[in-house]
Amino acid sequence: MSDPSNKPVTEVEDIKARSAHLRGTLAESLADPVTGSIAPDDTQISKFHGIYQQDDRETRVERTKQKLEPDYSFMIRARVPAGICTPAQWLALQQIAADHSNGELRLTTRQAVQLHGVLKGDLRTTMRRINDALLDTFAACGDVNRNVGCTPLAENAEVHRRASRWAARISEHLTPRTRAYHEIWLAGSPLPGNEPEHEPIYGATYLPRKFKIALAIPPLNDVDVFAQDLGFIAVERFGKLIGFNVAVGGGMGMSHGEPATYPRLADVIGFCSPAASVAVAEAVVKIQRDFGDRTDRKHARLKYTIDDRGLDWFVDELGRRGVHLRAAVPVDFEQTGDRFGWSEDSDGLWHATLYVPGGRVVDNEKTRLQTGLSAIARILKGEFRITPNQNLIISRIEDTQKEEIQRLITEHGLDLWRDAAPVRRNALACVALPTCGLAMAEAERYLPQFIGKVEELLARHGLSEQDLLVRITGCPNGCARPYLADVGLVGKAPGRYNLMLGGGAVGARLNQGYRENLSEERIVDELDRLLADFVGNRDSGEPFSDYLHRAGILESQPHG
Amino acid sequence: MPLGKLESGVSAARPNINPVIQQDALADLDSAVADFERDQLLWASGYLAGLAVARATSPAQRPVAPAEAPAPASSTEPAAPWTVLYATETGNSRFVAQELAEAMSAAGQTAKLVDARDYRPATLKQERQLLLVVATHGLGDPPEGTEAFFEYLLGSRAPRLPQLSFAVLALGDSSYEDFCEAGRQVDARLAELGAVRLLPRVECDLDFESDADAWTKRVVEQARARDGVHIAPVHTLRAAPTAPSYSRRHPFQAELLTNQKLTGRGSSKDVRHVELSLEDSGLSYQPGDSLGVVANNPAPLVEQFLEYLGESPSADVSIGQEALTLGEALRSRLELTNATRSFVQAHARNSASADLAALADDPRALAKYLKSNQIIDILRQYPAALSAQQLVASLSKLTPRLYSIASSLDANPDEAHLTVAVVSYTRDGYAHFGAASNFLAAGPSTVPVYVEPNDHFRLPQDSAAPIIMVGPGTGIAPFRAFVEQRRHQAAVGKSWLFFGDRTRRNDFLYQLEWQRYLKEGALTRLDVAFSRDQAEKVYVQHRLRERGAQVYAWLMDGAHVYVCGDAEHMAGDVHQALLDIVAEHSGRSADHAVSLLSDLKTQGRYQRDVY
Repeated sequence: MSDPSNKPVTEVEDIKARSAHLRGTLAESLADPVTGSIAPDDTQISKFHGIYQQDDRETRVERTKQKLEPDYSFMIRARVPAGICTPAQWLALQQIAADHSNGELRLTTRQAVQLHGVLKGDLRTTMRRINDALLDTFAACGDVNRNVGCTPLAENAEVHRRASRWAARISEHLTPRTRAYHEIWLAGSPLPGNEPEHEPIYGATYLPRKFKIALAIPPLNDVDVFAQDLGFIAVERFGKLIGFNVAVGGGMGMSHGEPATYPRLADVIGFCSPAASVAVAEAVVKIQRDFGDRTDRKHARLKYTIDDRGLDWFVDELGRRGVHLRAAVPVDFEQTGDRFGWSEDSDGLWHATLYVPGGRVVDNEKTRLQTGLSAIARILKGEFRITPNQNLIISRIEDTQKEEIQRLITEHGLDLWRDAAPVRRNALACVALPTCGLAMAEAERYLPQFIGKVEELLARHGLSEQDLLVRITGCPNGCARPYLADVGLVGKAPGRYNLMLGGGAVGARLNQGYRENLSEERIVDELDRLLADFVGNRDSGEPFSDYLHRAGILESQPHG
Repeated sequence: MPLGKLESGVSAARPNINPVIQQDALADLDSAVADFERDQLLWASGYLAGLAVARATSPAQRPVAPAEAPAPASSTEPAAPWTVLYATETGNSRFVAQELAEAMSAAGQTAKLVDARDYRPATLKQERQLLLVVATHGLGDPPEGTEAFFEYLLGSRAPRLPQLSFAVLALGDSSYEDFCEAGRQVDARLAELGAVRLLPRVECDLDFESDADAWTKRVVEQARARDGVHIAPVHTLRAAPTAPSYSRRHPFQAELLTNQKLTGRGSSKDVRHVELSLEDSGLSYQPGDSLGVVANNPAPLVEQFLEYLGESPSADVSIGQEALTLGEALRSRLELTNATRSFVQAHARNSASADLAALADDPRALAKYLKSNQIIDILRQYPAALSAQQLVASLSKLTPRLYSIASSLDANPDEAHLTVAVVSYTRDGYAHFGAASNFLAAGPSTVPVYVEPNDHFRLPQDSAAPIIMVGPGTGIAPFRAFVEQRRHQAAVGKSWLFFGDRTRRNDFLYQLEWQRYLKEGALTRLDVAFSRDQAEKVYVQHRLRERGAQVYAWLMDGAHVYVCGDAEHMAGDVHQALLDIVAEHSGRSADHAVSLLSDLKTQGRYQRDVY
């Protein structure tokens, strides 16, 4: 535990403070013709605008020899509250991706959409066109509340409609008020009027660190509600949404070799009505604004604020801010993965959940997601929903369109879910190499190969239909939520991972470090041995992770 | 005057000088120099002339014949001096003019070598014998920097010149419509002004060397014919002992130190940074100079020729008197890429093609055709069953390629750097190659080079003077040398570079260096135009115009302007942009802009190296 009083605030805090409400020198950086990059300080500020500077790490050395700077490009993340977008927005995003990025839309684990490989000279046009599509990228990254997630599909359409609307309301309420976004990207110059700007919720330095909110609609915990800074768990009675259980202090990120950093599950602290959810969110954000650690970015998430001061203090602090929660209502979760294929909701509308490997909307030899989804978007009377597992739901399909859409799905090979084993369909990986600056090992590019190994193992042990949750990240920051997986691989060095086991349990149990710094061969050996043990000794219907705990292979830990 | 002056085949290297030297002494002299190379002979002739001057009894400023020798009975005064005037762009005309001056001197003539850029047109009236070697540049224009001379000569102020005898050798490139236009104009105008033409004008194509040699020989013969044999002291001798011993004819084998691609993976171009070692060569250069590269032809291209002939590389052929293998001839002796009119004519005969013969006689159509067809294309389009010797005979000598040097010798002792665009494309299903660029890109262990000076592309004498450099594409090369030089000198003068190419991401040549120089202050400003980074094409001239006010302010502040790169479009567009900028920001007329730029040229403050 650090003592914030004696330590200076981080450099990022200084950058935010002097950024004049997130302007920084972005306009000058964009105008600098001599580099494809933006000024170092602006790379912090740009995140608040939904823009990450990246470079191709694989060509760095080569380009230095070529007397060229690194191959800079930008990732732009469009904010899609609750993951819902219209067919028109989908088409616009695909066209923008084709015109200004590497051509692929990428669906994220926070139900947002990313463009990759946008060059500096195209940034402003891209941002304007995203805005024209009635979407924005503001606060999609940075030390603010980010895209608010929501379980994208529920049998009870009314519950989903209401929950997703609250998600959008919370998102809207927590959007920064600065006009910097408008000025820099849309107007291209300072807006008229010079009344001092005010951030009523965030203040001039925003939050100490990123902040994540998601709403889960049981029995699905696809949003991994316990991995959020603030989670809302929908409570349903007699077919109506009556409110939310409130969970606080979840978070995945940690650093190798720094025990003061750790993943943490959120604690359920009570229940609120739907209408109170916005006020609860504002109060939680403000507590984090006021008490979060601004002296150490590795210790700045809400989870540390809560652990440093105690959960009781936190609940009291909420009370001091006028937020009084009722007792939480028991709810049950059944799964974190998506329910692939066709389903019908209470409105009589149809939904087709498609498997999108790696969240990448591409055309390749197996599937023509790009072309197929465009064709569907052109006729669809419903909407698209991005799932927290990086998949896509064609939603609210009327009976009259069902057949035609089924035909388009088949014609373009969008029914990958039919052939993929559960272990493949449910696996997640972060982007990692070559573009992520934090990556220590491969993740997304390696996932298909590793899943292949796991499939072989499962087949050998007669477990092909086993629902084993595999997640890989290139570093310990946890973007693909590896600490909740049955089998988590966390990158340590090229080709080397820490093997994490024993998570699962619908996102309510963290896994544990089992072995460190393993090669693929060692990982496969370990799993082979454990699976043999599992097959020989499991109880009927017992999940793999539960077995590892019961058999004492992992030490049992209390639910956080 | 007796002396075999009209005998054919008189060798310039062994002039008959019976009147002043005994037969025995001549034999001694002959044997003493029997093993001398041509350069050594030339040097020796200068050396002997020097001895003659030293022994002169008269202290008169004007050198006279050796004292021991009686003045030639039939000649009462020294023959009239010759002026060899050249107008050069790439150095070829200067090369020919130098050889001519040397040959004239060796033949006992007084010959003064002058660059048209340094020539005061008013002295034309005093000239008696003028030999002109005139290159044509771009679209029928005179070479950069010689505009003043041409304007005077072709304009109404030019005096009558009845006293003058002259001959013109015109150099050009038959892939341009107005082939040898500048030389033609000079030739016609001098005659119009009443001067006497000693020889009909000769026009040379890219393969100028054999035509130029023949013309030189005839000029020397003419000179002898005019005043008989006359021992005149050598006035100008370029092959002086202090001159570098490596030249176009005797290139230095420079070790290739670096061959680094500069363009990124996504580029549509392949541009190389080439570093060569000049160690122990004695070669030196200044920023602005060019390096001549005497390249071998790319192996795949040689292969295509062999395939065409159906011959083995070991087949015997001859070039002139020299016997060699076909492979060797194609690899290192013959021009295989740039076609000329003479090749088209030869191949028209070889292929018995009336079409091709007609094409050779239509300059306009020929220029257009040669722009987009290499020799191999012509061979394929007009197939002929050629013997190896027939083909060899139709080809001209391999011409060296010039590259603006991209380094400062002070900043990189013993090195010369080049920026080389590798020309390589597929057309009609066949790979096509630029000869020198592919030779360099293939990474030979050594590269035969010589230095081609360019005194008309020089940093200001005053290192505090501001400079504006416009160098898109590989036109960036000399400016890297300029900035390196000024950085090395810690010069205080401001510098402003305009660079352009296709994309910032992959075609920003020397990007990291410019970023560093900007940071350090060695480069004051950098404006870039990347034509393919946005919907509308943007080029350097657009950036100049956008910055017009500052560009004009720099000019008024004494800035020197340099332009390097494409002659066909860029140089003209940039020139027009400068004219418009001056007109707009001076608030004066377009005429004022024209005269201001022309003054800048005269003052050496507006220099171009365009190709």
